[in-house]
Amino acid sequence: MSEPILQVRDFTVEFWVDGVWYPAAVSMNFDLVAGKTLAIVGESGSGKSTTAMGLMHLLAPNSRSSGSVKINGKEMLEATPKELQASRGREVAYIFQEPMTALNPVYTIGFQIVETLRTHFPISIKEARERAIELIKMVEIPNPELSIDKYPHQLSGGQRQRAMIAQALACDPALLVADEPTTALDVTIQAEILDLMRALRTKLNSAILLITHDMGVVADLADDILVMKDGLAVEKGTADEIFNRPSHPYTKELLAAVPKLGSSRKRKLSEAQTKAQPVMKMENVTIAYPKRGRVPEFVAVKDFSLEIFPGEIVGLVGESGSGKTTVGRAAIGLLPIKEGRLEIVGKDITRASQKELFPIRRHTGIVFQDPASSLNPRLPIGESIGEPILLANLAKGDALNKKVEDLLEQVELPRSYRNRFPHELSGGQRQRVGIARALALTPDLLIADEPTSALDVSVQARFLDLLLDLQDKLKFACLFISHDLAVVDILAHRIAVMQDGRLVEVGERDSILKHAKDPYTQRLIAAVPVPNPEEQRKRREARLAAK
Amino acid sequence: MKFRKNSESAVASDERMIESRDTVGLTQGQIIRKRFRQHRAAMVSVFTLTVLFIGVFTALDWRLLGIEIPGWWRYNHTDILELQFENCPGGSVGCPTIDLLPFIDGDGLGWGDFPFGQDDIGRDYFSLVMRGAQRSIFVMIIIGALAATIGTVIGAISGYFRGWIDAILMRITDFIITIPSIIIGSVVGYHFGNLGVAFLAFYLGLFAWTGLSRLVRGEFLTLREREFVDAARVAGASNRRIIFKHILPNAIGVIIVSVTLLMAGAILLESALSYLGFGVIPPDVSLGLLISTYQESFSTRPWLFWYPGIFIIVIALCVNFIGDGLRDAFDPRQRRGKVFRSNNREKK
Repeated sequence: MSEPILQVRDFTVEFWVDGVWYPAAVSMNFDLVAGKTLAIVGESGSGKSTTAMGLMHLLAPNSRSSGSVKINGKEMLEATPKELQASRGREVAYIFQEPMTALNPVYTIGFQIVETLRTHFPISIKEARERAIELIKMVEIPNPELSIDKYPHQLSGGQRQRAMIAQALACDPALLVADEPTTALDVTIQAEILDLMRALRTKLNSAILLITHDMGVVADLADDILVMKDGLAVEKGTADEIFNRPSHPYTKELLAAVPKLGSSRKRKLSEAQTKAQPVMKMENVTIAYPKRGRVPEFVAVKDFSLEIFPGEIVGLVGESGSGKTTVGRAAIGLLPIKEGRLEIVGKDITRASQKELFPIRRHTGIVFQDPASSLNPRLPIGESIGEPILLANLAKGDALNKKVEDLLEQVELPRSYRNRFPHELSGGQRQRVGIARALALTPDLLIADEPTSALDVSVQARFLDLLLDLQDKLKFACLFISHDLAVVDILAHRIAVMQDGRLVEVGERDSILKHAKDPYTQRLIAAVPVPNPEEQRKRREARLAAK
Repeated sequence: MKFRKNSESAVASDERMIESRDTVGLTQGQIIRKRFRQHRAAMVSVFTLTVLFIGVFTALDWRLLGIEIPGWWRYNHTDILELQFENCPGGSVGCPTIDLLPFIDGDGLGWGDFPFGQDDIGRDYFSLVMRGAQRSIFVMIIIGALAATIGTVIGAISGYFRGWIDAILMRITDFIITIPSIIIGSVVGYHFGNLGVAFLAFYLGLFAWTGLSRLVRGEFLTLREREFVDAARVAGASNRRIIFKHILPNAIGVIIVSVTLLMAGAILLESALSYLGFGVIPPDVSLGLLISTYQESFSTRPWLFWYPGIFIIVIALCVNFIGDGLRDAFDPRQRRGKVFRSNNREKK
């Protein structure tokens, strides 16, 4: 075995909070050799990003680190700021989660790559530009000569991530740290980026340190895996060992929490239910964002028809920008409808005014995507949950208190939480509060707009269980919007697939997942990463063969 | 496959500590108060300003609804007394008797008869400064309260409803911004100066809200897009409820900060107007008026200039520092506490 590029021994990072040192990562030990990928896996808050950032001293000033980090034999923890600056980008390069925020919006991507090159090498602008074009070609952005002069906002999400990778690769770094490189991307684009990273690894022979919470991504790319929990490395091994013979209970739990396509029990509606009057009925609906100033009108959804029957969960799937959230918001009257007809619980609300919508609000509820933003930060959660009841004049004072406590119990939160503020709760708990609020009026129709996309896998699994239980008990109809087919698979009776504002396909869950007719649906299904390296390789080969 | 049992248990015990600390739930208000208390300049300012307010407003006699409330100072600002000229430098008269140098001249700390001296006709300058400070603080509070109310309401309405309501309100705001407040003050002061300082403050307040309304509008434009607003709407909340119950508490940080800065500005505006002769009309006094009356005396009797000036500076600075502290306290992105840099070397 060759000399490791990265050698980490006894690496500990601590943070100074309110007068106490809190450990964020404790006694990390790992090696990484050229051409290999080490994945650090764990839930948010497990210290995986802290470890990665700590390698090059990129942490907040209230931190301290100890132990030893050697990159190409050089001790990094004792390096002066100047030496560190020289190493950053040259020897160690980072790829961040969100390319839109990691790239500077006021410079072209070419300028940013050239800047990196000229910081580390004494070359002319012309040479640097040539090299930048070469890099952009390498990361497979179309039309490199033209793309080099584009600004980040002119590129698509996937292209932006490619540009980030090109910038990271500019100086042939020995070590590439990828911090959740695909979390912000759609499944199909995620698959492309993973393919690219694998191709580059063999081409350039650099080592990759991959930070992720997605076991599917890990299965796709990693040679070795390090599982972290609460700042500790709980298990370390090759990909084969971790996936097929996990020894630590936490690893097993993590693997079990990953939703798998086609593994959930059969769900079917009774005849009576499908004969009943639909709770929501959209007929040839077109939704447009009106023109504002010089920005022309934007048609987000076109000619969309969907019915949801009582007690049914319909999964709405599509890539970002396909208009699925727009459909969800229109369905409860948050967005006006331009053409077509929308009925909720038998009432036509196509042209309803705010006042006419008021009685409809009692029959609908919505759970939003981002639990951090959907709860008022200045209101205690008890008040947030009780608000719909109070506004519907159903209860007041003690009766309201009782109802709020019942709701909290229903979503398995302690009653004492009612006086807490949203920022005192974890992401999963906040999303439970969101559900409790949505269910406060026992609605007939619940819209769930990507409620799990901000959650970790294990939290997501618990959340989905809770939602299923509640649905079994309360029998509400639900439009479940998600980009994750595996999640929809667990919940939905029927699945609707959207692309570019149009309904591509709709049908029973099993018929969609197993015998998708539309090529777009097939592509979507093929791109879902599976937490199994063997399976993942087979699917990858099939995908490449199909190209 | 290396495992470190000992460090694992160390982390576990630390974890329990973190958890037990977390159960002590802090409300938003508590967090803000805690952060505010850590701001040293703001806390010193609060103390200074409180002492100053109490001192200034209890110094002179009050006449409220025919009832006389005696002040703690022996003179009033209208009393005309005999001019003193003993121990005055360079043959001047009415020099301050306050003694702040206890050891150099050897006779200790003391107020004397006229701590800040006397003016040309023998009035006690300390009483005049107290009265002036009362007027200035009065103006500051009226302008602050009025501008805060108008600015918040107009900004909230235009930011929340957007569209033509926003367009009309903001054009009105633009129009008012184009008129310098010093000119408004001069015109009002010139025509209605005899109606008293409250009237002047009221008019100035009617024109001082523009900056605040812009800030509040901007804040509302971002906050109204947040999902909790949609959530409230789905819950059946009216516009009024969304504005006052949901959005306004989230914008309160910006409002408080802006208002404190505005109040500091109001003191300076009143001083500037009085200096120009359009503010407070004699025999009433304000700090600005005192300065303008005695500007020629600066070379011979500088204390007539010093004391009102010091009061203006102290009040304006204190209000500014408090505003600064409030802004830091309300902004969750502000990090406070000990900062460690190049900590590894420190450890060795």
